[in-house]
Amino acid sequence: MENDKKKFDELDEYIKTIHATEHELIAVLHRAQHILSYLPREVQEFIADRLQIPVSKVYGVVTFYSFFTMEKKGKYVINVCLGTACFVRGADKIMKAFEDRLGIKNGETTPDGKFTLSSLRCVGACGLAPVVQVNGKTYGNATIETVEQILKEYEGE
Amino acid sequence: MCLSKVKTMEELFCLSENLKGLLDIKKGKANIAGTMEISVCGGTGCHASQSAKLKDELVRFAKQYGVEEKVKISITGCFGFCEKGPIVKISPDHTFYTKVHPEDAERIIKEHIVEGKIVEDLLYVNPLNHERILSQDQIPFYKKQHRVALRNCGLINPENIQEYIANRGFLALAKVLKDYRPDQVIDEVKKSGLRGRGGGGFNTGLKWEFASKYQSEKKYVICNADEGDPGAFMDRSILEGDPFSVIEAMIIAGYAIGADEGNVYIRAEYPLAIERLTIAIKQARQMGFLGENILGTNFCFDIFIKYGAGAFVCGEETALISSIEGNRGEPVVKPPFPAEAGLYQKPTIVNNVETLANIPVIILDGAEEFAKIGTEKSKGTKVFALAGKINNVGLVEVPMGITLREIIYDIGGGIKDDHEFKAAQTGGPSGGCITKDHLDIPIDFDNLSSIGSMMGSGGLIIMDDRNCMVDIAKFYLEFTVEESCGKCTPCRIGNKRLLEILTKITEGKATMDDLNRLEELSNIIKDTSLCGLGQSAPNPVLSTLHYFYDEYLAHIQKKYCPAHVCKALAKYQIDEKICIGCGKCAKNCPVNVIEKTDKPAKNPKLFVYKIQQENCIKCGTCAKNCPMKAIVLL
Repeated sequence: MENDKKKFDELDEYIKTIHATEHELIAVLHRAQHILSYLPREVQEFIADRLQIPVSKVYGVVTFYSFFTMEKKGKYVINVCLGTACFVRGADKIMKAFEDRLGIKNGETTPDGKFTLSSLRCVGACGLAPVVQVNGKTYGNATIETVEQILKEYEGE
Repeated sequence: MCLSKVKTMEELFCLSENLKGLLDIKKGKANIAGTMEISVCGGTGCHASQSAKLKDELVRFAKQYGVEEKVKISITGCFGFCEKGPIVKISPDHTFYTKVHPEDAERIIKEHIVEGKIVEDLLYVNPLNHERILSQDQIPFYKKQHRVALRNCGLINPENIQEYIANRGFLALAKVLKDYRPDQVIDEVKKSGLRGRGGGGFNTGLKWEFASKYQSEKKYVICNADEGDPGAFMDRSILEGDPFSVIEAMIIAGYAIGADEGNVYIRAEYPLAIERLTIAIKQARQMGFLGENILGTNFCFDIFIKYGAGAFVCGEETALISSIEGNRGEPVVKPPFPAEAGLYQKPTIVNNVETLANIPVIILDGAEEFAKIGTEKSKGTKVFALAGKINNVGLVEVPMGITLREIIYDIGGGIKDDHEFKAAQTGGPSGGCITKDHLDIPIDFDNLSSIGSMMGSGGLIIMDDRNCMVDIAKFYLEFTVEESCGKCTPCRIGNKRLLEILTKITEGKATMDDLNRLEELSNIIKDTSLCGLGQSAPNPVLSTLHYFYDEYLAHIQKKYCPAHVCKALAKYQIDEKICIGCGKCAKNCPVNVIEKTDKPAKNPKLFVYKIQQENCIKCGTCAKNCPMKAIVLL
């Protein structure tokens, strides 16, 4: 709890420094997600209060953009690129392999909170297609075999 | 870097002259001291393949071998040849090393820099004659390219404004402020024939003219860097490799329409581009190209970055404006156009990154010079992100009017694994496909529209005989359904229904009635949707229906997928003549549907196996485990 308060203070500080109005809502949400890693109800209420706008407006914006999440993510977020270049080179098979191996579907988190499996559309590294990112680190030319290697790399930790 | 403010135009001209030599070595001029430069590609693709570590290793070994004075090592923007990354280029001799890893750093320093020997095995190998090619300009991938928008990518250090100034940077701005009235700038851009590179293809000069005509104390210039088309990455590469061009162009646009504020709306998924742009804006402010009284004139302009948050519809200009204002990115009905009432209801122009990158060249070399490139109604060049089943994946800039054949076979090095070309998709989820029959038509805005495709932002996805066109149409529809903002009914519900029909087809459950409904519904969605996203969403369906009708028919009537992609229609079969009866398939089958028959195999003591089709889940495990490769996918 103490930890959370610090994070809310940090967010508050940011809102004050940029003199945020309702027009800066998206910038504030970006910062909030950066600090707290996700945007649960309390955070949305906090932001609505500070920017003096209805919570419904904040909720509307959070749910509109795929970058924002209201669910707590796992320690390692595995992003399989499902952009066109990766898709025509078999990214769907890579996604299936992760789903089978982790026993969760795209968008879900393993019960132990270790892995979240999700997809994104094009990181622009099409030369390496199909591409997988784990917490921002990129793995190119992915195959069913590399799925196993990638998971092993993080499972030990 | 210590940057002091450039207060007048004379100061800029003087500085430009003084800095000119900065790029001499990179441009190929040898010098008496024998100084060399190593440029390491810092684009996203190469960055993901450890190019930053590679650069550190090069620096470390340069010190170790005592040549740190002799060689300058820096990161540059994207060279475009992403398939062969990480790329390292050595100047002044233009040696072009491909697929360089951090472990190769020592050899490059020791052999090339110290001993003056080429590291042969890092050179590019021409796949046609297996010869190694020494320098960049000899590589077929670059031969037919014409770099205007990408002129600085791979040349300058994108985090150093001085290198930009050394290559005629900000001289276009000075020329405009010194010699042109705002309406003359607009005339020049109009005369060049430049059309928007983001998808629409609207005349850029005209767009500026509309905004300039409206009187307002506040106007805005917006740079649309929300590159949402999956598989397109040209805007990202320009911002990563040459952010200054975009900044300079925005200032010029501001002067032309009478705006004092610019916003770059950029995807949050592009952290590297954001970082480089932030640095570039900071340096431009320090040197006085942004801020009050630019170059000693009365003109003031500044640029701010606004982040997108992952919504494809925000590429549409009214949705983008709504997003910058802090709202859901929903489009609104036009008119009024943004030129009249845009951001915060003020006159606004929205230009794409690549469009803007052309502006300084048009001003400096003149509209006539620019208009010499291209076709009658599409002037200049176009950057394409070449991806998919092609040998040379990467970023290519070609003159308008080039044929698809030249792009695929001369620049792209042909289809991967020697397969057969089937189709190319341009315009992403809003576009359509180009088939074999159209390999030789000159590519420009109007020709592409006439064959049911579109220029789009420049994604060019190559597909071969292993891609199912119904599956591709379904892929794009899944994308649009996910990205539809939900505001208007035809797009929200119509596309969902289209996707359901396509899914039925790929599962072999569709009838001919479904096929007719597919086309009818597509046309209704096109005619009745609110914005560009919905109006163009059925294009991939209509285009594949038109050119690959047989493939749709095969799925529906024969329950057969010619490309063997649609899993539900796949059928594994054991060839009785090859089967040796070892039983490995049955042992490994996860659902136990492979049974021994009473037919003897080659070894009469054993019997051939058979797959019970009804319960087969088509996982392919049997085929993978068969030592005789007797199991085939039909």
